[in-house]
Amino acid sequence: MNSLSMPSTLPHRGASPERLRALLERGLPLTEQPWLALAEQCGMSEDEVLGWVERWQHEGLIKRLGLVVRHHALGIRANAMVVWDLPDDIVSEVGRRLAKESAVTLCYRRPRRLPDWPYNLFCMIHGTQRDRVLASLADIIERQQLHQTPHRVLFSLKAYKQRGGRYTREDDSHERRACPPA
Amino acid sequence: MAALDELDRRLIDAFQRGLPLDSRPFAAMAERLGVSEAAVIERLRELQQSQVLSRVGPVFDHALAGASLLAAVAVPEAERDAAAAVINRSPGVNHNYAREHDFNLWFVMTAADEVQLESRLEALEEELGVPVLRLPMLEGFHIDLGFPIPWAELETP
Repeated sequence: MNSLSMPSTLPHRGASPERLRALLERGLPLTEQPWLALAEQCGMSEDEVLGWVERWQHEGLIKRLGLVVRHHALGIRANAMVVWDLPDDIVSEVGRRLAKESAVTLCYRRPRRLPDWPYNLFCMIHGTQRDRVLASLADIIERQQLHQTPHRVLFSLKAYKQRGGRYTREDDSHERRACPPA
Repeated sequence: MAALDELDRRLIDAFQRGLPLDSRPFAAMAERLGVSEAAVIERLRELQQSQVLSRVGPVFDHALAGASLLAAVAVPEAERDAAAAVINRSPGVNHNYAREHDFNLWFVMTAADEVQLESRLEALEEELGVPVLRLPMLEGFHIDLGFPIPWAELETP
């Protein structure tokens, strides 16, 4: 468990923030008082649950709280991962600029793995259709003056799995029960 | 695609972030949209049922929530589905996509910590018989605000 999860004031015995996180990764129960329902499942009061969620939001562990949409189900099926090979001294600056482009939904710097993989900046562009995504990319290249930057566009062909990340050990054992190795 | 009406769209547009931290969050949302709490709960259940919503809840920061990385493997196209099934069964895998590249399977592997992450990757490499390209995030530039849905484009494909 990392330091972010450590409480500043200890909750009562048996209360488990780790359990709360595992439950939250699966989503809120869709009932009138979802926080209370979660509280009962992890030995906390409703106020304690709300306190943890507020704290995790403040610390950045929770990036956003709301409806998590499956874009594919809505018809947003063109999903391009665009990878760029940028000089190390400007990659962060370009990353910050690309992240501000409205078509870019995610933007990360990652290591090169030479000789197989020379690209060090990744961004995602989602859209309803391939040609619209490519048109957005052409606009971005123009605006950001990236004509000289080697890049590749990796459209997705098929989604084999799409769900939220699950990190807690507790959840883990659950998963092994659900999906035994063949 | 699932047929979504105006209320569905307003819910999605307004609440991809900022779910009220209220004892009755769906009542607070309902009030803002001018509908009943029961209507909001029913819609969310339907949207979840029809797979439009994966869930209502938090999106955790990968880097802070535990260990995770983007990984890729290059497998023969004919073996892609079989390899994807092996990857999907592997503990800690969430997203897993086929993409247009020699590295044709891309997935996110998560674990409680780096040691567990590496042991999962090694076990998977052994099972697949190919090396896994490991691409941890070094720097994130984007704040996840949810994605504005282009409703008009969806109607005129």
